[in-house]
Amino acid sequence: MTDTVDKQVLFRYVQALGDDALVLGQRLSEWCSAGPFLEEDLALANVALDYLGRARMFYEYAAQVEGAGRTEDNLAFDRTAGEYHNHLLYELPRGDFAITMARQLMIDLYSVEYLSALCHSRDETLAAIATRCLKESQYHLRRSREWVVRLGDGTDESHYRIQKAFNELWGYTGEMFVPDANEQTLADAGIAVDCRDIREKWDRQLDTILAEATLERPDEAPAIGGGRQGVHTETFGAMLTELQYMQRTYPGLEW
Amino acid sequence: MAEYKCDEVELEQRFQQRVDDEQRIEPKDWMPEKFRRNLIRQISQHAHSEVIGMQPEGVWITRAPTLHRKIVLLAKVQDEGGHGLYLYSAAETLGATREEMISALQSGKAKYASIFNYPSLTWADVGTIGWLVDGAAIVNQITLQRTSYGPYARAMVRVCKEESFHQRQGYQSVMALAFGSEEQKAMAQDALDRWWWPTLMMFGPNDAESANSAQSMKWKIKRESNDSLRQRFIDQTVPQAEYLGLRIPDPDLRWNEERGHYDFGEIDWEEFNRVISGDGPCNRERIEHHVQAHESGAWVREAAKAYEEKRRIRNESAESARRSRGQEAA
Amino acid sequence: MKMADHMPLFEVFIRSRRGLDHKHVGSLHADSHEQALEYARDCYTRRSEGASIWVVRSSDIVASQEEDASSFHDPMDDKPYRHAAHYELPDAIGNM
Repeated sequence: MTDTVDKQVLFRYVQALGDDALVLGQRLSEWCSAGPFLEEDLALANVALDYLGRARMFYEYAAQVEGAGRTEDNLAFDRTAGEYHNHLLYELPRGDFAITMARQLMIDLYSVEYLSALCHSRDETLAAIATRCLKESQYHLRRSREWVVRLGDGTDESHYRIQKAFNELWGYTGEMFVPDANEQTLADAGIAVDCRDIREKWDRQLDTILAEATLERPDEAPAIGGGRQGVHTETFGAMLTELQYMQRTYPGLEW
Repeated sequence: MAEYKCDEVELEQRFQQRVDDEQRIEPKDWMPEKFRRNLIRQISQHAHSEVIGMQPEGVWITRAPTLHRKIVLLAKVQDEGGHGLYLYSAAETLGATREEMISALQSGKAKYASIFNYPSLTWADVGTIGWLVDGAAIVNQITLQRTSYGPYARAMVRVCKEESFHQRQGYQSVMALAFGSEEQKAMAQDALDRWWWPTLMMFGPNDAESANSAQSMKWKIKRESNDSLRQRFIDQTVPQAEYLGLRIPDPDLRWNEERGHYDFGEIDWEEFNRVISGDGPCNRERIEHHVQAHESGAWVREAAKAYEEKRRIRNESAESARRSRGQEAA
Repeated sequence: MKMADHMPLFEVFIRSRRGLDHKHVGSLHADSHEQALEYARDCYTRRSEGASIWVVRSSDIVASQEEDASSFHDPMDDKPYRHAAHYELPDAIGNM
């Protein structure tokens, strides 16, 4: 960890990465026993487990950086809605399989580029976490890419659903490429990834896949943001209620 | 269909001889039609149990009290699904198809372990299911590693390797409660009160009442009697409950020095019959959940199939275009 | 339940990282070989890294029949000279 960087700034950054992972892991875990067939159910559970494991790694490091004696579970469960700083695309309800896969593809394309860059972070711990997670995201991308193509170029119904999914989610994607002041400071210090650098490649790769899937790139939609500032979508509260049920009902106990 | 060079009576004798000699029966071997049907029923119902069993624990994944517990529970439920997959796979070697088996489950023709018709009401239920239900399943599955049908036995070996983690994590979870706050202890005791008797019912009726048992034993599909397995489970579990300081809800439970086993009270067979024939607390919900998932996934399965077909046609026409270009050049 | 959405059956063979050969572990349904490989990885290798996976369409497997096989198998069984135990060596030679 670099001494010249403000501890709080680094802590907020790492915690936010944990939030992205936790929130998406939670949404993906909702597919357990609800998948379109057994094999896919098991595969989705693996993706969920990868994200939950990722959340643990980031939260553990964040707590260490903060140095206030909090644990990974304190960070995961003991905050109010406004204190979670995940990107909004990650928190949206899982919807149908088309929403899940469209969202997953856009996040996987982003993650592979992001983690590849984070592998070169001057922060050794972040670089190590990124190296581990990159392989996972590469596999996730293989799956989500194949599903989007299958659904886009499958039946009329699947084409309609996946196109609609991209259209609905599009407005939430812009946020991923806008660094907040915190991230900017850390990117300048060679610790965080400058997410603006990823945009062009992400667009190109996504366009290639959409074309293969016989899908249209959605029209530009008004960008919805605020995640990194703790301003969430309306369904976030209900998700948090479920996530934090045990901790709020039986505070301070060991499990 | 293979042409067999000897007559059916001799085939049946040879078959029984192999079973008596503890040899495995494999998919392409001759077997009596009743043996095949008995196995398909047992293996597919075992598979259905694993898949339906994902539900009572699955509902707690999004509400687990720590990240560790959340991850472990998701991995465990995923394993159960995986066990279902190994078992469907074993049943398919006998000629049953996945569609037929799913159809039988959803229509109610095929059964699954009645234990999963009970609701999982608190976090303590999750650990208790791991401790008791998986514990009971392990007792049964260990003996099935020696079942006469090869693919079933091999699936059981695989399942047993994975299952011990399930029981341990469950017991650990209950331990945290039993040695925790008063509220947590009460939660653990309440779960034990509700899950104990249904777990004992998992081993099925007393052997005298069981219609299928005798033939299953002769064919070595089943290796040990219901009563014997149930006794083993009780003997191993009572000390585990004592260690936790929890009380098993059976006033007649006591160690019998002469027998070298625990005596226990009478099971409520009326409840057992009610639940197994569709009248338990969650029967309708379990099937409905399965039907819902399957129906909402239909468009996905159709899309995958349609895409594959398009791809096949594209590849074929690319291939024949390539060939005719090659012929022109020649 | 439509028969139309039936996915073909694939057999799965795994060689673990330290293993010597591929073992049959079961089967699964998928629409293509690529998808079958991925599902095999997700369903059959959750506890072993770096395994080698083979998938084969079940309909492509050709198997010998046991019952009419006395001419097929038995001649292979009565040639003990193919087995190492058939040959006695002096103790002085040690392990071979």
